[in-house]
Amino acid sequence: MSTKEIIRQFDPVKDNLLNILHALQNSHPQNYLTEEALEETARYLKLTKAAVFGVAGYYSMFSLRPRGRFIVRVCISPVCEVMKIHALLPVIEEELGVSTGETTKNGLFTLETAECLGQCQEAPSMMINDKVYNNLSGERIREIFSEIRSQNS
Amino acid sequence: MIQETRIVLKNAGKIDPENIEDYLKAGGYEGLRKALSMPPAEVIDELLEAGLRGRGGAGFSTGMKQRFTSEGCLRCPQRYVVVNADEGEPGTFKDRVIMEQDPHLYLEGTIIAAWAIQATKGYIYIRGEYTDSIKKTKKAIEDAYDRGYLGKHIMGTEFSFDVEIRLGAGSYLCGEELTMLESLEGKRGTPRIKPPFPAEKGLFDMPTLVNNVETLANAPLILSRGKAWYQSIGTERSHGTKIFTISGQVNKPGCYELPMGTTLEQLIELAGGMRDGRPFKAALLGGAAGTFVDGSMLKERMTYDNLKEKGATLGSGAVIVLAEEDSVEQILHNCLRFFRHESCGKCVPCRTGTTMLVKRSEQLLKGDADSKTLVRQMLQESELMAATSLCPLGQSPILPMKSAARYFLEH
Repeated sequence: MSTKEIIRQFDPVKDNLLNILHALQNSHPQNYLTEEALEETARYLKLTKAAVFGVAGYYSMFSLRPRGRFIVRVCISPVCEVMKIHALLPVIEEELGVSTGETTKNGLFTLETAECLGQCQEAPSMMINDKVYNNLSGERIREIFSEIRSQNS
Repeated sequence: MIQETRIVLKNAGKIDPENIEDYLKAGGYEGLRKALSMPPAEVIDELLEAGLRGRGGAGFSTGMKQRFTSEGCLRCPQRYVVVNADEGEPGTFKDRVIMEQDPHLYLEGTIIAAWAIQATKGYIYIRGEYTDSIKKTKKAIEDAYDRGYLGKHIMGTEFSFDVEIRLGAGSYLCGEELTMLESLEGKRGTPRIKPPFPAEKGLFDMPTLVNNVETLANAPLILSRGKAWYQSIGTERSHGTKIFTISGQVNKPGCYELPMGTTLEQLIELAGGMRDGRPFKAALLGGAAGTFVDGSMLKERMTYDNLKEKGATLGSGAVIVLAEEDSVEQILHNCLRFFRHESCGKCVPCRTGTTMLVKRSEQLLKGDADSKTLVRQMLQESELMAATSLCPLGQSPILPMKSAARYFLEH
């Protein structure tokens, strides 16, 4: 679907802004909001470009820069901290060969941290796109990534 | 050992959350039927007299809130119900469990609230990370429309109500009701000055009721089973149950629904005891915007009022358990880092204060400055922030800070 077609699925009301931005970002293979998409949204909702850019830049789930096909969100909340996520984050960084905030060279993964994902019954946790992964361990982390890699090579 | 009292979670894990038939067989939408047979003001009275209090953390009387909204701005053409499903308090996942396992229950509560305040339009604001909650709620809404529990002439009455989902996008602050309204209006999530309260001037300047998922999930039960039944659960001043989410150093972390007034010790026992028998050190009650307690609080009854009297908080019902091996300083640091990340930057004391607290907390962890002086400075700064910030975020760091200092830090 084109940017316009995605936007037109929603009623042209301001309270749809976040829903529209989510849809636009999810539809982009690089998981981000392009300038063109934001301008089109501003026109559709009759908002200023500044207002739309301001919103897109404020919320941490949105990105104004290209990212990987898979967004890895590692929970660094107090609960995951008690469950030793700080020892696992370096394992994930090593596995992907990037630091937090970076995208792998092949464009497959972007590594980010997230605030509490609400999965505390099985911490430590992370999300990869829409999917939640709990009870993380070094071994499990390697399995998860090798599985995604094998499905997307 | 204490047993769970599952009323809100009575269907959780037992019915197919995506099948409305299952919900109906379990007595679903009977509370709504009852509500629609009563005048709206009587529905509010029922919730008020039952003693239902907001389960999002503040513990304000739900009936009072609904009454204020039903009486707010009588010349306004529109009234809204907003469901706060932006669960983001660290250690809290009770609303997620309700949304994933019994979405019709809170949807029914939402429709009852709409009838009570005579709203014709509602929004469910769900945090963007809760993908499964979003999916289950979407399906519940579709099925409720198909069966005439939403839309025009609900259950054959004159009452009409529409509801839509709006997604959050990773801002903790949007869980604060006035900030949520800003976000719903398509703006950055920054708090509003209050008054006016949402009951008078809320979403798009119209009277608006903002209720938490767990709170609304209680409404159908109160309506169908009556206030006397509800009052019989809990303590004299705190009625009903609370869903606690216990995590950290226990054997069976999870979601436990218990009568108000259950003790921390009982909850830990229910959660399988301390992980591998490790000694208890502390619990963080209510998440990052909560309070640390030590072993002296294990036998205190957990109700809004009793914990408040003891300088602690019930908050969202999050209980993060730490063992002897864990560092309170480290977890406090994590909470402060969280506030720095989530501060919207509107109020200067919060914007700079959260940054300064993290800096000092780093020094405290490194041990490269006098800890007594650091803790004293941090207490002063968080008190100043609490006095000069608009919204609960800037007012929160004082809670973990002061309680950590009281029990665990040298000062």
